Amino acid sequence: MRFEQLVLPHVDAAFNLARWLLRRREDAEDVAQEALLRAYRFIRGFHGGDARAWVLQIVRNTCYTWLEKNRPRELSVEFNEELHQQSDATPESLAIAGDERERLTRALETLPPRYREVLVLRELEGCSYKEIAAITSIPIGTVMSSLSRARRQLFVVLDGSPGSEEANREM
Amino acid sequence: MRCDFADSLLHSYFDTELSSVDTAEFGRHVQKCSDCGSELVHLDLLRERLQLAQIYDPAPPSLCRKINAQIRPKAQTTLRSQPLLWHWLAAATALLFVAIVLWRMSPGLRNDDYQAELAAEIVDAHLRSLQPGDVTGMASNDERAVKGWFDSKIKFALPVHDFANQGFALKGGRLELLEGRSVAALVYERNGRLINVFVWPTQGPDKSARTGSQRGFQWVDWRQDKMEFCAVSDTDPADLEQLRQLIYSNT
Repeated sequence: MRFEQLVLPHVDAAFNLARWLLRRREDAEDVAQEALLRAYRFIRGFHGGDARAWVLQIVRNTCYTWLEKNRPRELSVEFNEELHQQSDATPESLAIAGDERERLTRALETLPPRYREVLVLRELEGCSYKEIAAITSIPIGTVMSSLSRARRQLFVVLDGSPGSEEANREM
Repeated sequence: MRCDFADSLLHSYFDTELSSVDTAEFGRHVQKCSDCGSELVHLDLLRERLQLAQIYDPAPPSLCRKINAQIRPKAQTTLRSQPLLWHWLAAATALLFVAIVLWRMSPGLRNDDYQAELAAEIVDAHLRSLQPGDVTGMASNDERAVKGWFDSKIKFALPVHDFANQGFALKGGRLELLEGRSVAALVYERNGRLINVFVWPTQGPDKSARTGSQRGFQWVDWRQDKMEFCAVSDTDPADLEQLRQLIYSNT
């Protein structure tokens, strides 16, 4: 069946993206499920090409719609100073946190969704700029600049440097 | 002082997104520029950290189970122990299947459901577009530029017009995903409010305008010349109707 060949191989990718966009695994499971069932219903609309990008585009749209309904504040802030403080992810506290996995997870979660998603798609999912542009509906040039800012911001959260002054000023 | 290339080109180089010519050229730059050189080391370390930490979160088995349960007939678990029941269920499933096919083939019967689902998708897409940074893939009020941008991306001839003189300023366009297919979205502004006009090709005959509202947003949907249009906004319904007439008479 078409759905099984095209969509099911990307269930991990779908969940991973939802998990990083929503930051909570329980929410991610519900929303990924909703998105995959949408893909099931709309499979006729898929006219060939990159199935993973198509699935992730639906997942991403479903996540943003969900965030809008349930946690609109997360989307309205460009640099999430508040979230940054809420999660206690200052360089000091992260240093104490010790566990590298935990530390990186919390650091990534302080980034605004738009920066988090390009990093996750690039570094964890291994997507090309073209694929990221297709999934997020943003132009390739913006993909590049978002990635560059996202990485700089991640450096700042993790280590307080390098290029921290510049990154902060731009935000 | 940071190197001017440290933001843009450096990341494309690091992500192997540059052409071979540019890669070679930038490689020479990196050898001379200590700024870019050390930044590359940082980027490498960051990537390595992210990969070593194994933060990729694969789907829990429960998600796969739920998906499978929803896309497969529920009868399967009881099959083996009760063959008779199984036959009945098979017959019932076949009947149900025929019923679904018939229902799917008669557009009149399912039109309302379809319309409601489509409207919900369209309002979702409109809401997403109101988020910062998302509204246009191509921001321009130049009809030709916007049309040119779309022509390279979609397979039908999209009519693009600026109606600034009538109070509907063209802001640009982007591609959207509706019901799993790529559709064009034209963005207009009316008294500071955004209007998205979604357009996609259809095989259906022309259809006069139908309107509705969902979650405080108005939409108007019509078909002409093998294209379906759906305009959505939180403006006055009269504004949407005026824009619809402008598009209709200019298509």
